[in-house]
Amino acid sequence: MLGTRVDTAVETAVEVADLRFAYPDGVQALRGVNLTVRRGEKVALLGPNGAGKSTLLLHLNGILRGKGQVRIAGVPLRPDNLAQVRAQVGLVFENPDDQLFSPTVLEDVAYGPLYMGLPHEEVLERARRALAQVGMAGFDERPPHHLSLGQKKRVAIATVLAMEPAILALDEPTAGLDPGARRELIHLLRRLPQTMIVSTHDIPLVRDLLPRTVVMDAGIIVADGETPAILADAALLAAHGLDVF
Amino acid sequence: MAVGVPFGERYLAGSSAIHAMDARAKLPAALAYIFAVTLTPAGHWAALGLLALPLVAALAASRLSPLLVARRSALALPFVLAAVPLMFTKEGEALFSVPLFGWTASQQGLEAVLSILAKSWLSVVAAVILTATTPAAELLGAMRALGLPRLLVATVSFMYRYLFVIGEEALRLIRARDSRSARLAGQQAGGRLDWRAKVLGHMVGSLFLRTYERSERVYAAMQARGYDGEPRFLQVRAWRAAHVVVAAALVVYLAGVELYARY
Repeated sequence: MLGTRVDTAVETAVEVADLRFAYPDGVQALRGVNLTVRRGEKVALLGPNGAGKSTLLLHLNGILRGKGQVRIAGVPLRPDNLAQVRAQVGLVFENPDDQLFSPTVLEDVAYGPLYMGLPHEEVLERARRALAQVGMAGFDERPPHHLSLGQKKRVAIATVLAMEPAILALDEPTAGLDPGARRELIHLLRRLPQTMIVSTHDIPLVRDLLPRTVVMDAGIIVADGETPAILADAALLAAHGLDVF
Repeated sequence: MAVGVPFGERYLAGSSAIHAMDARAKLPAALAYIFAVTLTPAGHWAALGLLALPLVAALAASRLSPLLVARRSALALPFVLAAVPLMFTKEGEALFSVPLFGWTASQQGLEAVLSILAKSWLSVVAAVILTATTPAAELLGAMRALGLPRLLVATVSFMYRYLFVIGEEALRLIRARDSRSARLAGQQAGGRLDWRAKVLGHMVGSLFLRTYERSERVYAAMQARGYDGEPRFLQVRAWRAAHVVVAAALVVYLAGVELYARY
């Protein structure tokens, strides 16, 4: 499998225990989240806007640090091991304009490997391989503002694939895409072997790609189970502002 | 999501020799050229003419449209207005005087103004050729290679990257306002001036807040990929001897012109 580096001794990819977090303005975004994701699992994170989905994803590599515990591949997240954890959890932000901050596509994809201190040749090789993996080879010298939203999203995924993470945390990967670009992106996600946690409102994507679904509302997990069962529970979905059509 | 920001990319793709030249040679050459032009004594037209030669050669070699270069370089002309009073304040042979005010223009003053005009225009044309033939990313690479502080280069790099994003955001705000700025027949529309100014103020404030919030998200994205406070960049490719020779030859020529203008 391309681009995975998984510790076979540890079966648990992500373990979150009683995680609580309040933003500086007082908004309590997480009120005790418990979640365990096994290695190789593909998990959907559903929930209305403001449920705490993005906040939870930002905890998985320590960008935000709340009360409670986060373990990645069995290792608890601490200030002194943040750098190692960030190599394992690839976080893809919702808005690719936030994620792509370099003047050219290649520089942006090379950013992660460069910070890992890899030799120059390997940095370039990883960047080119990641771009090829998302179908964006040949766009090396393009400035990100010359790309379409679909292309930007794919490059954003390449920026974390270049770091060869074991876990991918994707925030709204299909939001705002036209049907063609969305289909290409789903096709790409399907081929990625990593453990995946996807925050989304895209129910067909969930049904297609993610066998397990976790529903969040008001900072806690309100349901967790197999996707078909969750999506069939109309009362549950309606109670948390979600529709299945 | 291209909504068409009014300020476009400066770079115009091309395959000319000037386009192909290494930015690490082009950037210092252009800077040396601007220095030489600035240092030329006022009113030394022969020297300025000699300095125009490499510019004409570069322009021809770049295959840029002269019209486009003229249009972009016209941007500098309004600033020259600031130099016009010099015409009347400099001591020298009287040329003419403005009736009513009694201002007298001098020969030396006129020469000074025309020199400033010529010098600033030559400098701006040099900068226009540089930016039209060099992608911004390569210019940034050149700054890095020439030893500019990394933090400064990183700042310029972010400015270039987000200029377009923020420009589009501003344009969307303006469009949202214009879409609701309707007029009824027979009705005084547009509101009072102070109200309109307040609306504009809110728009600028909102743009600032959005930009500020974006900076926090960008910083999070950088941290997620390992940023530790020290900007790092990809290495650049190897030098080509020909490019260095051309840049060095230009510098020697410029030094020659400067010596000629003084002795």
